[in-house]
Parts: sequence; C-alpha cells; structure tokens
Amino acid sequence: MGEPPAVLEMTGIRKIFPGVVALDGVDFRLLPGEIHALMGENGAGKSTLIKVLTGVYGIDGGEIRLSGRDVRFTGPLQAQQAGVSTVYQEVNLCANLSVAENIFIGRQPRRFGRIRWAEMRRRSADLLARLDLDVDVTAPLNTYSLAVQQMVAIARAIDIDAKVLILDEPTSSLDASEVAQLFAIMRRLRDAGVAILFVSHFLDQIYEVADRITVLRNGALIGEYRTSELPQVELVGKMIGKELATLEQLESRPRDSTEQLERGEPLLRAEGLGREGAIAPFTLAIHAGEVVGLAGLLGSGRTELARLLFGADKADSGHIEMGGKPVAMRSPRAAMAHGIAFSSENRRTEGLIGELSVRENIILALQAARGWTRPIARRRQDDLVAKYIKALQIRPDNPEIPVRNLSGGNQQKVLLARWLITEPKLLIIDEPTRGIDVGAKAEIQRLVAELSTGGMAVLFVSAELEEVLRLSHKIEVLRDRRLVEELENTGDVDADRVMHIIASGATS
Amino acid sequence: MTFLKNRLVWPVAMLALLLLCALIFSDGFFDIRIQDGHLFGTPINILRASAPLVLVAVGMTLVISTGGIDLSVGSVMAVSGAMACLIIGDLANQNSVGGVTLAVVAAIALSLVLGLWNGFLVAVLGIQPIIATLILMVAGRGLAQLITSGQIINVQSSPYKVIGTGFVLGLPVSVLIAVAVLVIAALLTRRTALGLLLESVGGSPVASRLAGIQARRLTIMVYVVSAACAGIAGLIYSSNVSSADGNNAGNLIELDAILAVVIGGTALTGGRFSLAGTALGAILIATLDTTAQAVGIPPETTLVFKAVVVVVLCLAQSPAFRARLFRRPAARPAARAEVPA
Repeated sequence: MGEPPAVLEMTGIRKIFPGVVALDGVDFRLLPGEIHALMGENGAGKSTLIKVLTGVYGIDGGEIRLSGRDVRFTGPLQAQQAGVSTVYQEVNLCANLSVAENIFIGRQPRRFGRIRWAEMRRRSADLLARLDLDVDVTAPLNTYSLAVQQMVAIARAIDIDAKVLILDEPTSSLDASEVAQLFAIMRRLRDAGVAILFVSHFLDQIYEVADRITVLRNGALIGEYRTSELPQVELVGKMIGKELATLEQLESRPRDSTEQLERGEPLLRAEGLGREGAIAPFTLAIHAGEVVGLAGLLGSGRTELARLLFGADKADSGHIEMGGKPVAMRSPRAAMAHGIAFSSENRRTEGLIGELSVRENIILALQAARGWTRPIARRRQDDLVAKYIKALQIRPDNPEIPVRNLSGGNQQKVLLARWLITEPKLLIIDEPTRGIDVGAKAEIQRLVAELSTGGMAVLFVSAELEEVLRLSHKIEVLRDRRLVEELENTGDVDADRVMHIIASGATS
Repeated sequence: MTFLKNRLVWPVAMLALLLLCALIFSDGFFDIRIQDGHLFGTPINILRASAPLVLVAVGMTLVISTGGIDLSVGSVMAVSGAMACLIIGDLANQNSVGGVTLAVVAAIALSLVLGLWNGFLVAVLGIQPIIATLILMVAGRGLAQLITSGQIINVQSSPYKVIGTGFVLGLPVSVLIAVAVLVIAALLTRRTALGLLLESVGGSPVASRLAGIQARRLTIMVYVVSAACAGIAGLIYSSNVSSADGNNAGNLIELDAILAVVIGGTALTGGRFSLAGTALGAILIATLDTTAQAVGIPPETTLVFKAVVVVVLCLAQSPAFRARLFRRPAARPAARAEVPA
C-alpha cells in the first residue's frame, strides 16, 4: 500500500536546554488524514518536540518540512498561519475573557478596524455547536469546567484552517463521554484530510483512535509503528525501556486485611463535614496505614472534599477529630501542624513555584512549618533533597534548576517530595498521576503502597478507577458533590460496580 | 555567554560607562581628598546622595518580591522628618543627645505604625497594594503638614545634623547607615528562610498558602520594613537640610526606588529578588544625576538624559530583546529557505 507524501517531516531534530539534551536527532513524520500518537515517558521529549514544531522553541539542529517546504516557525502564530494548530496540555486560554473572545483572540473578525462582535458570537456558537457543546459564548471562560475549557481550546484550533492539528494531552481532564465526543470530532477531521498529532497517557485511548504511533525515550527516537502491529505490552516496554516488573509487582501486592486496620481509633474522623456549594456534609474515617480512595467523576466533589480536610477551604458544617479530639482546620498551616499534607491536582498553579529551584520547592513546606526564623541548614537541605531526588528518580537530578524546566511527571514527584519530607501522618494526594506517563505512574502507585505499609494514612484521589481499585483499602464514591457510598475494597468490588454507583448514585 | 546572562552585568556595565563619560568630560571627577580627616570628592557625593534612595529601595525590594508595591515611601519620609523636627524644635536644648535620640526613635516608631497600616490594608483587607499605598502616599503628605502645622520647621541641632552630614572614621554617616541597613536586610533574608518564603509568596500566593506559608504575616512585615527604611531615609534627608519640609521631602522617590529595584533585576511581578542589584540600581541612578551635571547636560534636560539611559539599560536587561538581537543572524537561513528551492 503506497503512502501519500508526508504533510510534515521532521528530521534529525536536536534541542538542547542548559544541562539537558531534550531532543537528540529525532525524526518524525505525519501523513495527511491520519491520527498519529506520540508516545513516551515524562521527559522523553514529547512536549519539547511539539514546541519545537510550533516555533515556541528554536532548534539546535535538524530540519522541519511542511508540505515539502523547509520551514522554521518563530512562534505559534506563524505556525498557525501555516496551518499547524495546537491545543496544549494545560489549557492555554484567558480565563477572564468570554468564550467567543477566546476562540477568536488575535484574529477577531473586523470591519474598518472595529471588531464585529455579533459575527464573532455567531461564528463561535456555530463552531461549538459542531462540537455538540451548548454554552453561552458571551460568558467568561472561567465560569465553565476545565473540560469545557478544553473543548473551547479545540474549537479554537480547528476553526483555524489547520493542515496539522496537535492535541497535547487533550483528554486528561475530560470524562468518558466527553472523550468519546472528542474522538468523534478527531475522526471527522481525519477523514477530511487533517493530520492529527495526538499525545495521551491513556493507552486505551491511543489504541482506540490512533493509526500510527511514534515512540520517544530520553529525547531519542525509538521507532514508528502501525497501531495494529504493536501490542500494548510491547509499546509500554518500548516507552520505559524495561520490562513491566514494577507494574506486575504492584498487581500481586497482597493487600493488608482491612479488618486489621479498622480496629482501633481512626487517625482522622470527619463528622458531618461540608461546605455549601462545594460538597454536601459527609462522614469519613481514615486509619493509620490505610489507603482511602476517592472515586467519582470530574466535578463530583473529590477535590472539594480533600480541600476541606486540609483546611484549604473552610467547612461551614461539621467538625474534624484527630485521635479522638476535635481540631479546627482553619488553614493549611493548621492542618500541617496536625500532620496532614496535601498535594494539589493543579501542580502548576497550586503546587510548585515555577521560578524557584527544585531544592527550594522541595523544602518549602518543611520550612514554612518551621517558620522563617528557623532556617534549615543548607547541608541538611542538600541531604534531604538529594535523598528524595534519588528515591523518586527525579530527572534531571540537578537540584538547582528552576522547577518549571522539569517535565510534568517530574514536577509531580517534586511536589510529592515536598510533602514526604514533612513526614505527614496523613497524605492527601489529588490526581497525582494525571498527565504523567505509565512508568512514573507505576512508581507513584508503588510509592503510595509503600508509604501506607509504613504506617502512613493516604487519601488518594484519582479519576482513574483502576488505580483507585488497585491501591485502596476503602473506596469512597462521590457523585454530584455528595459522598454516596463507602466500599470496603474486598474481592467482590470491581470497576463495574463502582461505575454503576457513580452512574446511578445508589447501591441498589 | 553565561557571564552575559548574570542579571547584574548590564547595570554594572552601564555604571562603568557613566563613570567613564564623567572621567572624559569632567576633570577631577574622581579626585578624592581628605579634608579634616573626612573623605571628600564627587564619588563620595554620589554615595551620599544615593544613601536615602538605597534605604528606600531596599524596603521596596522586599515589598516587590511579594508581588506588591509601596507608593507611600516618599510620604513616610516626610512624616518621619516632620516628627523628628517637631520634637527637636520643642527641646529646651536642641543639642541634647538624649532629646535627639528620643526624636529619632519617635520618628521611626511612627514610620512603623504607618507601615503597619499599609500592611493591614494589603494583607488583612485585601486591597491591591498600588491602591492601598496610594492612600498613604496622598494622606501622608497631609499628615506631615499637620505635624508641622503647614510650616517648614527649622532646627539647630548638631547631634541631629550628624545623621545626614556627619562623618565617622572619615566616612559619611548617612552612607554607613545605608550600608548597615543593606547588610542587615541581606542577612535577614538570606541567613534565615525569609528570602525564600518571600520569593515563594511573590512567585505564587496560592501555592504558597497550600504549602503552609502564612503570607499575611510576611506581607505585613515587608510593608513595615519598607516604612522603617523610608523613615530612616526621611531622617537623613531632614538632617541634611536641618529642617522638615512636608512637601519636598522624598518627593517622587518612590519612582526612583522602583526603578532601582527593576534595574537590580527584581521583576515587578514578584518572586526572585536581589538586594545587591537594588543597591547597584540606586547608586546607578544617583550617579546618573551627578554625571549629567558633571558632563554639562543642562539641568532642564537631565530628566530626558536619565530616561534615555534607563530605556537602554532596561532593553539590555530584557532577555526577550537580547534574544531578538542575537538570534537575528541565525534566523536568516530559515527566512531564505522559505522560498521554494
């Protein structure tokens, strides 16, 4: 079968950051009318390759050919005009502007220099209707969920006459039906001849929608494959460059018997805790050494529940007891004093301080708890940081580079390290595996298991049911901002049953 | 190239260039004489002139690192000077060291209260810093007039005069005060964890709160420190002229201070800060004024000269601008290649 000429061809791409070779002679090609998955672990160079292609970064070697012509974009706008549109991993829109403004920003329809608002609104509405999305285009973007924001970003990208559409982790914040909707749109675009570059960490999604797969590892090209000819296990092997030992090990980990743990006083007990508009009053007990999983759809109140326990938001009903005594969780600081740690799902905005170094980010919470007058000696800082960089395999392992230069998975590990050095009794982790690759995911899951074995209580929030089921002793199911069910994770609990509860809201 | 990326390279280069100009255009610019055991000469004058600015800019750096700004520093200077002169003016013996000490302590204490007010507005009431400190910027001048009953109070106090014009070990007292405050601030921020926590709050207030940092206390503290620095600067200014002038003391110094901070490589958006950079920036600004004079630029146009130098310096410091300047040759082949071969 003859292949049509590639619409995009990248050869021998090199990109060097201070201290890191991000891309080392990578080749990549994209055919018209295909969905092509770009796969690799965190830090493999996927995002860098995309940013090089769209002109966000310059390149240090190699060439990029679009429709047979040499190009080198100096910025996303120029790339867009040449027909290369991108939807980035994290939503890159202006949350305070309206939906319509976001779709047309930088290319508003104009007449005599005046923006034609009516036309802009009409075209936005049409465009979103094509995505089966019914939203008020004049409302500010931040009034909608992250999922809707993501769809708006995609609408914006496809409205520009795109030959190449790049979707970097578009599904990480979408629920199942929204993903299906997105895939339908992707297939329609593919059939219209658009070349789609798709990055996702969900293997099932890749196999559902992608025609071909290119695998990167540590900035180098591993190979290009047809999806139908590459079994999942082999793909994962190629991505992480080793056998799936860690994953299998975890699968076979015998769970501690729940009964044993349930004996004794709970570490933390929330009694009728709730907050108007965020989460209905709930009752929850967490014991030392127990992993409690929070399952539920996006916006079901998972994060809100976690934030109440950490004092990040104030509860307006109920109370929290720790070790049998009522405590006031007035602020994160108060929660930390009681040995609670909280790793937020938004690591970029609510977790890390981008311009500070890896070391500074890691010691931040411990230092905050000690107060500014009692600095941690530099030698002790270096020891602690080096220990966790090694234990969590944070890459690159230089503690003095700004944390924003790290890939998503490594940033997540830095955030975890920050809390682990505070030696918490209860670790709340919200979506620690979102947007990170299989290898890092397995490492983080293994870590959670180890920590709980070591006696730490963990509240584990994740959109991935498999993960929750695998790790938790007890699963709390949320639906519509309400805790609807508590399940002991014994043998008869499986994803279907949890999904049924999420869908119907009851055990019946 | 790594050397060029150090944020202090450009201000240092600019300072060197200015001094070089001064050397060429004005004879005896660098002559430092020892007279009555004191150092005299233009470089010493520059340092003396920059002392209040260094003080104010040090406080401003800490405020800016948290993502805030303090417009009220000039007014605090005026209030502080007015307070000191009011007390000294009422002394039976204006030369009493005890009385002057009392006046100085009272003036600084009042400055601390004003800083607390700024911090309260910003950290407790949540008013945007630029608005919150604008209130005191305007009201502070009124307060200073109120203290001096709308008059310029003149004092004849030799102990008070020491602050602005005195010498210790041949060095001007005002310069020594500025250096001392700078060193204390540097130790306070870098030898403790204060600097890290301030940079964290400035880098991301939300993330900092979730990391357990009590931003409110830190924020109040930086405004108090800023006001204290301004208060001391106000004493130097008023001691220098032996009077309290509610209108002209510290007039527009907030702008020079902000400029000094920015030249020193601290971004107005908050986060990473450099006290050494700020001090350098403040000295650079004082040098600019003096050099303009020495080189023979008419006083009416000095501000234009200053503006040109500042624009050039800011452009040189901007990574984006440098990238455009340096990347141009590399971008050429790509532009050529866009024509189909």
